[in-house]
Amino acid sequence: MTDVAWIDAAITSARPQAVGALLRYFRNLDTAEEAFQNACLRALKSWPQHGPPRDPAAWLIMVGRNAAIDEMRRSNKQDALSDEAAVSDLDDAEQEIADRLDGSHYRDDILRLLFICCHPDLPATQQIALALRIVSGLSVKQIARAFLVSEAAMEQRITRAKTRVARAGVPFETPGAVERSERLAAVAAMIYLIFNEGYSASGETSEIRMPLCEEAIRLARLLLRLFQSEPEIMGLAALLLLQHARAAARFDANGELVLLEDQDRTLWNQKLITEGVALIDKAMRHRQSGPYQVQAAIAALHSRAAKPEDTDWAQIDLLYGALEVMQPSPVVTLNRSVAVSKVRGPEAALEMIEPLGDRLSNYFHYFGVRGAFLLQLGRNDEARVAFDRAIALANTSAEAAHIRMHLDRLMRDSKPPVVRF
Amino acid sequence: MLYAILCYHDEDFVGSWSKEQDAAVMSKLALVQNKLKKEGRLGPVARLLPTTAATTLRKDDPPVVLDGPYAETKEQLLGFYVIECENLDAAVEVARDLGAANPGGAYEIRPVGVFDAGTRAK
Repeated sequence: MTDVAWIDAAITSARPQAVGALLRYFRNLDTAEEAFQNACLRALKSWPQHGPPRDPAAWLIMVGRNAAIDEMRRSNKQDALSDEAAVSDLDDAEQEIADRLDGSHYRDDILRLLFICCHPDLPATQQIALALRIVSGLSVKQIARAFLVSEAAMEQRITRAKTRVARAGVPFETPGAVERSERLAAVAAMIYLIFNEGYSASGETSEIRMPLCEEAIRLARLLLRLFQSEPEIMGLAALLLLQHARAAARFDANGELVLLEDQDRTLWNQKLITEGVALIDKAMRHRQSGPYQVQAAIAALHSRAAKPEDTDWAQIDLLYGALEVMQPSPVVTLNRSVAVSKVRGPEAALEMIEPLGDRLSNYFHYFGVRGAFLLQLGRNDEARVAFDRAIALANTSAEAAHIRMHLDRLMRDSKPPVVRF
Repeated sequence: MLYAILCYHDEDFVGSWSKEQDAAVMSKLALVQNKLKKEGRLGPVARLLPTTAATTLRKDDPPVVLDGPYAETKEQLLGFYVIECENLDAAVEVARDLGAANPGGAYEIRPVGVFDAGTRAK
């Protein structure tokens, strides 16, 4: 690796810990960020000459802290530094600071940094943008590109989010156990949002937005490293890995979405699947189920099937049943109905989704799935009505195109074709 | 004599490599491995999944299963090689070659006492 690439990777990996510690010192996000930027500039000068420090995070924290204190002293025209702040010999101090960065401290530093990004006052899009800027260190330009908005608009979004966070006040006390687990849940939800931002991209934009999925996985691994025994965090990391493993198979050459059953499974990334399955295996030993674990277990069952017909639909049906209890939602029931149609047939599946009609009356997938069940039952006229409604509700051209394919087949064939959903 | 070369590195750092950087390091390492393979000196090679996937069994009575790696260290055991070397100098030489392909972190060179290649098919 070149020096620059090396320094880049070192700074990226040190960033959450370093900015988190600087935030604890200065209790101000802008000051912490600025201090970190200053430290990075010095690293770019110093590291190629003197070689990499043994502990890049400790180096960046100390240099950043000194730079910020110098800055304050200059602007306040104060001349005396407190003993604690005056660190003259870099080498000794680096070790000293590294020793002080014991596990518990930096764990809460990073958690706090992530947590302030998911303040409940912030809309989801601002949470994600803020986290990518502050925790991941992506440039405003990179984030704007991933969100398909202008740089100016993204700059404004981040500034607004920062103002809100500053007004809300950042919690600096070391959190208690209950508080810590609440923070953890909020942070996990935000990481999942970042992932979905990338995952829900359409074919044309998937390449641009893919880094969001990768960044979410990096953050999930980071969180799991800090909280090694949390089964839901294992579940979250597993879920992201297993979904991302299919990335190369999810779009065809024309950028059209390929359904799970039609995907070329040889394109699935086996390394990510192995890691995801290993994590869900670990999580399940705890016997404390949760929504991320259940969803990851469903994804794991799909990835274990070499061919679509090998899928263990009965087990998936059971898992969706568990998910319905944990997170009752018509969308979960709709997903479950697909498994039900495989296990107990389209009639049972149709019966299951019938009561959802009111709540999902504007939901594309509801009508797509309903049309498919009707088609399997040979109720072609009703299927056509459902598909027409689905097309009217389609969010992307790929979704509409997929339904149109069913309609075309309906027109062409007198016999009901096999519909896969 | 057989030597194990145990690879330690900061997994956060390795995890921050871009896909291209990762691939570049792997292909450089492959060159070193191919040379050893041709000489008939290359034993098992493993790249381990992140320590987040690790579980530790403490052999207490009764044994306790813990999440995470055995040791909480700044640098983690990320993989290993087993290589036939005439002596320690030769083993250090191999580690140097591997290190040139993949800088950063450290290699622990440990002579192997008992080696059983196992029965697992390739």
